Amino acid sequence: MPLASRHLLGLEGVSQEDITDILDTAISMREILERPIKKVPSLRGVTVLNLFYEPSTRTRISFELAEKRLSADTINFSASTSSVKKGETLKDTVRNIEAMKMDMVVVRHKSAGAPYFLTQCLESNIINAGDGAHEHPTQALLDMFTMRQKYGKLAGLRVLLVGDIKHSRVARSNIWGLKAMGASVAVCGPSTLLPYEAERFGVDVYTKLDEALEGVDVVNILRIQLERQQSGMFPSQREYTNLFGLNHHRLKRLNDNFTIMHPGPMNRGVEITTDIADGPNSLILEQVTNGQAVRMAILYLLSGKKDSDKVEEVDA
Amino acid sequence: MTAKAVKTKVSQPESYDLVVTGGDVIDPILGTIQNAAILIADGKFVSVETDKKKINAAIKKTDKANVIDASGKLVTPGLIDLHVHLREPGREDEETVMSGAAAAAAGGFTTICCMPNTSPAIDDQETVRFVLSEAALADCRVLVVGAATKRRAGEELADIGDLVKAGVVAVSDDGDYIQNPDLMRRVLEYSRMFDIPIMQHAEDKYLVGDGVMNESFASAKLGVRGRPAVAEEIAVLRDIKLASFTGGKVHIQHVSGVGSVEAIRRAKAEGVNITAEACPHHFTLTDDLIDKEFDTNLRVNPPIRTQADVDAVIAGIVDGTIDCIATDHAPHSAEEKEVEFDQAPPGMVGLETVLGLVKTYLIDKGFITWQEAISKMTVNPARIIKQDLGDLQTGRSADLTIIDPDREWTVDPSKFKSLSRNTPFGGWKLSGRVEMTILKGKVRYSEGE
Repeated sequence: MPLASRHLLGLEGVSQEDITDILDTAISMREILERPIKKVPSLRGVTVLNLFYEPSTRTRISFELAEKRLSADTINFSASTSSVKKGETLKDTVRNIEAMKMDMVVVRHKSAGAPYFLTQCLESNIINAGDGAHEHPTQALLDMFTMRQKYGKLAGLRVLLVGDIKHSRVARSNIWGLKAMGASVAVCGPSTLLPYEAERFGVDVYTKLDEALEGVDVVNILRIQLERQQSGMFPSQREYTNLFGLNHHRLKRLNDNFTIMHPGPMNRGVEITTDIADGPNSLILEQVTNGQAVRMAILYLLSGKKDSDKVEEVDA
Repeated sequence: MTAKAVKTKVSQPESYDLVVTGGDVIDPILGTIQNAAILIADGKFVSVETDKKKINAAIKKTDKANVIDASGKLVTPGLIDLHVHLREPGREDEETVMSGAAAAAAGGFTTICCMPNTSPAIDDQETVRFVLSEAALADCRVLVVGAATKRRAGEELADIGDLVKAGVVAVSDDGDYIQNPDLMRRVLEYSRMFDIPIMQHAEDKYLVGDGVMNESFASAKLGVRGRPAVAEEIAVLRDIKLASFTGGKVHIQHVSGVGSVEAIRRAKAEGVNITAEACPHHFTLTDDLIDKEFDTNLRVNPPIRTQADVDAVIAGIVDGTIDCIATDHAPHSAEEKEVEFDQAPPGMVGLETVLGLVKTYLIDKGFITWQEAISKMTVNPARIIKQDLGDLQTGRSADLTIIDPDREWTVDPSKFKSLSRNTPFGGWKLSGRVEMTILKGKVRYSEGE
């Protein structure tokens, strides 16, 4: 079954079928990563632009490796070393690059909606690698892949997201994706870092971590950005850690076969203690490996998809 | 027909500039609507006439070409907009005084007030005079609102006395709230000497921060920083207290939230010297229209809010809490709007769509009558800026708007007279269209020409 869209902009509104399709495809990609020769020719001749307007290490490397393992040609662009500094607009920048015959664009941008904006300026398939605090769909898909790998299914799982939910694109994409798959989702964080009317996302909302952890299968811990403290969202790192830091005392409230996840980069000793991050229930490094497989699956499924594809298939 | 027009016996002129016959004439002062002719000489109203013989006698003394048959149409005093951004000086690529005035005429306006957030800001006599001289031959009367503080920086009083001398009708730092309460107090006290209103863009700067849309579930979903409605409400409440304390006149621009409407309603009941305007986008659009497509044409300050806010703004229009309808016409170039949502400047053009939106969303929905709508676009704004405009009294400047009340049309931004196209209403089907705009007895806009 082809995906409903030729882009991956977010998980809000994406169907269970499409998510399942991506996760199933990622299983085969994950197998490729275990081979001695980790390369297949699927995207030979396809050129992918990695357009990073925000600093990123892991997502960018993960995408680049995913592209290379599928034999795509890749170009990296970072805003700090480009014409953006000379005042060129996003639209002009990407149209110029596309004129060099690009097929797919992976974009990370500080402005929410930038990936959708690109779909209006370009012919390429657009993959959102994080837009502001809006969505980060590949991160959520790799999180779901990791959960499904361990538990066999997502339906019925109880997942808790802890931290700065308000400014987190990872949280939003996880909420939409997990809910589409039938998981039950809760969020927990300081009330200043919860989104307006958070319960309308269809999640349980907590401000007390111990209550939130009760009976949970998966805890996904978000990075707390220290500049939030400077802008008055919480009083101090110490108080944040006391109230929302995950430590081994708190683990007993979780279900037996619990899982600890973190999208990285971690502030060890702040939102999570080292013994838990490196403990037996942590899948943090597995997430990183799976990220590559999921991104390979997305690149593979979207590559070559045109606006007209869907219509033709309906006709047939 | 106005009571005055009947009573006043004026000497009949030798000839008439213009006679508008057959239309249903709205008198916003009396709240009447009746079939009558309007006789115009020397650029001024002579009378509103219902007597067939007198009308025929007048027609005989008028050039055939200057007899306008308005049968089936509404004829109203020329519309007045208290809130328009002309981008001259500074951004003549987006709007000039001439192009903005042409857009205004096409929207049925004969008088507009331009805001001082130009570059440089309109904060001295020279700049006021420049704008007024540019406007001398324009299709619409342009009145100038001066800056309340020097360079609109919110730090020290502008030379308000000088500005008044040069002709400004109000002062405002529109675009920005005068955040410092002590400075606002001085602006109000000082302006009292000149009997002019302070037009306030009421949004507390600290509470809006760098927010780009209403703070609500819609902004939460999109992960963008919100501008909460309470930022407006607090700003309004502070100014109510300062107006009451100083005796100055505050005019709250573009009221957009439930709490602000309620605050103004209470203040009026307590006798505070306060007036308010509402814009079409705040009674037609809700924030959930801003979705995954992040349409930058929906970005505006104060932002479009929830259905409850829309309902409150309409209720304020209905019960008179909101005195007038203004557009906050804010032209922006395509280059400026074709960017990431949070990078786009706030504002939308509005002069050429307001009448159809008022008809379709306020009159057709049964909230207000044509007479009430026209009051809020003529005599009410005229009173706020103390201008002898907005009604049909003998001797007044002969400014008229002729409206085809039920004509359906589709908004086509490419046809705008404005130099800018940034509207979220493109493609909307509206009812009620401006057919003709007459300024000082001369036709300045005629639909289809």
